[in-house]
Amino acid sequence: MAVNWGDYVGRTFAPTEPYEVSRTKIAEFATAIGEPSPLCHDPEAARQAGYPDVIAPPTFAIVIAITSSAQVTHDSGLGLNYARVVHGEQSFEHARPLHAGDWVVARSTIEDIKELGRHLMMTTRTDITTVDGEHVCTARGTLVERGE
Amino acid sequence: MLSYADAEPGAELESRQYYATRLDLVKYAGASGDFNVIHWNERLAKSVGLPDVIAHGMFTMAQAGRYVTELADGDPGAVLEFSVRFSAMVVVPDDDKGAMIEVSGTIAEKLDSNRVAVNITARSGGAKVLTRARAVVRLT
Repeated sequence: MAVNWGDYVGRTFAPTEPYEVSRTKIAEFATAIGEPSPLCHDPEAARQAGYPDVIAPPTFAIVIAITSSAQVTHDSGLGLNYARVVHGEQSFEHARPLHAGDWVVARSTIEDIKELGRHLMMTTRTDITTVDGEHVCTARGTLVERGE
Repeated sequence: MLSYADAEPGAELESRQYYATRLDLVKYAGASGDFNVIHWNERLAKSVGLPDVIAHGMFTMAQAGRYVTELADGDPGAVLEFSVRFSAMVVVPDDDKGAMIEVSGTIAEKLDSNRVAVNITARSGGAKVLTRARAVVRLT
């Protein structure tokens, strides 16, 4: 491939449009993964536990990160073949849980790209902050494009 | 549920079994926005050399997330850090039962402020599907 990977390392993409974390989306996500915790489904239970509203499961931030990192996988000129892309690693560091009512933006940076045999591995960090600038979560994912 | 006082480094935690069916993957695709064809289209999955439809890595990670959330008395907000390496694919057959994912954990370290680090393993179809999986959880 003619792409010079090194040119992409360190590139930070534009922040996403503000995303509203909603009760409906948290409940939909929690239901899809089978998470029964009332703190994800019942605002009153969440308030009694000291949260402002229902809170998201620990991997929910991927919903927000995916919008941001789509810029990397689809729009960057890297030309990844998404059907050949699998997830290699993922991490989340939460300053606090995301909760319904949060308005957040995500910003992705390509931290590393390397070729490993026939495979291409790309690590992207996505910082999720509120629209007021409070840091909420750092998500870091490595995608692997499997070689032909 | 695990209490901070009772958490002993090295202690093995009871395992749990979770299931991934084709329907679960379709729901997860919709909820997460990850519509990669390899998670729902057997024809296209096989055309790129996969054995069958495979689960989203993030679906498997979410099951491990349920496991650590349960340790923290059902408080997803107590999961402060969570990282995994996807070491094998969870192959999801076209049947009603789906693929079984077995998650187990070991207490790795006791940290300050009521936090513990837990090492997690997930297996499916005889392979370790999550390795180097670790969560830092705040206990009561």
